[in-house]
Amino acid sequence: MNELLEILTDLHPDVDYETEEHLVDDMILDSMDIVSLISEISETFDITVTAKDIVPENFNSAKALYALIQRLEDED
Amino acid sequence: MQNHILNYLYKSAKRVPDKIAFSDGSSENLTFSRLLRHTRGVGTALHQRGIYKQPVVVFMKKSPAEIAAFFGVVAGGCFYVPIDEEMPAARIQLILDNLRPPLVICDRDALDLTKNFRLDSGETVLFEDLARTDPDLLALEDIQRKSIDTDPIYVVFTSGSTGIPKGVASCHRAVVDYIEQLSEVLALDGDTVFGSQTPLYFDACLKELIGTIRCGATTYLIPKNLFSTPVPLVEYLNAHRINTLCWVVSALTMISAFGTFDLVKPEHLRTVAFGSEVFPVKQFNRWWEAVPGAAFINLYGPTEGTGMCCSYRVRRPFANGEAIPIGQPFPNREILLLTKDGTLAAEGEEGEICIRGTSLALGYYNDPGRTRESFVQNPLNTAYPELIYKTGDIARRNADGDLVFVSRKDYQVKHMGHRIELGEIEVQAAMLPGVKIAACIYDAKKGKIILYYMGDPAERDLLALLKTKLPRYMLPQKLFRRDALPFTANGKLDRKALKSEYEAG
Repeated sequence: MNELLEILTDLHPDVDYETEEHLVDDMILDSMDIVSLISEISETFDITVTAKDIVPENFNSAKALYALIQRLEDED
Repeated sequence: MQNHILNYLYKSAKRVPDKIAFSDGSSENLTFSRLLRHTRGVGTALHQRGIYKQPVVVFMKKSPAEIAAFFGVVAGGCFYVPIDEEMPAARIQLILDNLRPPLVICDRDALDLTKNFRLDSGETVLFEDLARTDPDLLALEDIQRKSIDTDPIYVVFTSGSTGIPKGVASCHRAVVDYIEQLSEVLALDGDTVFGSQTPLYFDACLKELIGTIRCGATTYLIPKNLFSTPVPLVEYLNAHRINTLCWVVSALTMISAFGTFDLVKPEHLRTVAFGSEVFPVKQFNRWWEAVPGAAFINLYGPTEGTGMCCSYRVRRPFANGEAIPIGQPFPNREILLLTKDGTLAAEGEEGEICIRGTSLALGYYNDPGRTRESFVQNPLNTAYPELIYKTGDIARRNADGDLVFVSRKDYQVKHMGHRIELGEIEVQAAMLPGVKIAACIYDAKKGKIILYYMGDPAERDLLALLKTKLPRYMLPQKLFRRDALPFTANGKLDRKALKSEYEAG
């Protein structure tokens, strides 16, 4: 989780990722952020993110995103 | 002769009054007759205030109402200047200082924000209050009769290397010429259903805005957050039977790069136009396979040439390493490839793309100095005054005679479809407290803006500060604080050395 928070904080240092639950819905993360985020987490956690995973429910909070990463790690 | 953009709207409102012109896909739908009613309301309200031939700022979120505000400003004989809630306050203030607008048209959210700005004698009003005004048709006809097709209709602001954005002004004649040619190239007609991706504060949206009123077509303004989620985005296209896309490449690759087409495919597309940056061949070929019936068209053109000025119809998949050409100029404009000494480039030789023709913008608003640098006398014509626009793009012609983009003359980059002067980022960073020197480079492969700097703030703090000065799309993705930066022998920042350092990891 800490690694993920590092990546997220690098994107937007001013966001409190522990509490924020509408990262995509409120456009805190835009499409540009999502693309860089996917490339960072794919590299860091050695996972493959595909279109079916890229839905608001998986990216709206750090917690949800971490759950997605763990799910994808298990699949490998 | 068609020489006023609103003539398009009058015709369509007569022909298809109850058809939807602009929709956000859910709650807000504007038919052509409602659009015309709002347009006349806003135009009349300007007239009653005595505002004429002046810049009117439109500060609204992307919506059908914002489009009605644009047309209303033109109906009042003024020109519109869109600004967006995403622009940071400091940049908006720079724009307001340049324009000194008598009026700012807002939606409810923007009205609160305007309280923080210096407007001098300018008034802020809600769009809906203006749109409600009873139309004074005689006054509006009189305004239109007096208008000339070289009068400006908008000013849009683009990145400037000195740190101050440049306001590109363009007129009826240029926009009409552009849209007439574009309609041929994209085969626009009454059945066209656009899915609009680009923001309304650039000239890119003229395709949908003017294309729609010209053809009696329909435009859906796609909600911005859908561009973060490829599957729901394609489902949106299908649900609204969208058949025409004019998108930046990064929006298209967001769909193709993650295997979206394995789950869902666009079903109604007949035209896919793209541009503003290089289309990675692998991604292009995925689109080509997924939507075999559609026409794929590469568009090229700087804001100063009013919209687009060249097109290339792609008729085959491309091989890795092959670049999709810029192609040929639209009719009624010419591309001169000029070498450094102002002569035409020889066959196969590189030269700067220079545009001549009716579609040239009027220049940079309130900025004669920078206008003179880029809008210059055609060096091939010494007989009478004739301006060309120097784009700063270097290109050559290939064996088929098509233009192929080679590089930039300066430090302008295309990042996620946005035109950005790296110099503007450097200037804004260097003005922040505790920052001594800043140098920006661009990683084109990964699409990342990289900022190196010397100074006190930590990387994350500097990024947070930059957010208050620069629009979101200009923020660097990576920041590196350094004790020293490389300089060339004659004392300039050595961006090449930084780039090699960055690439070496």
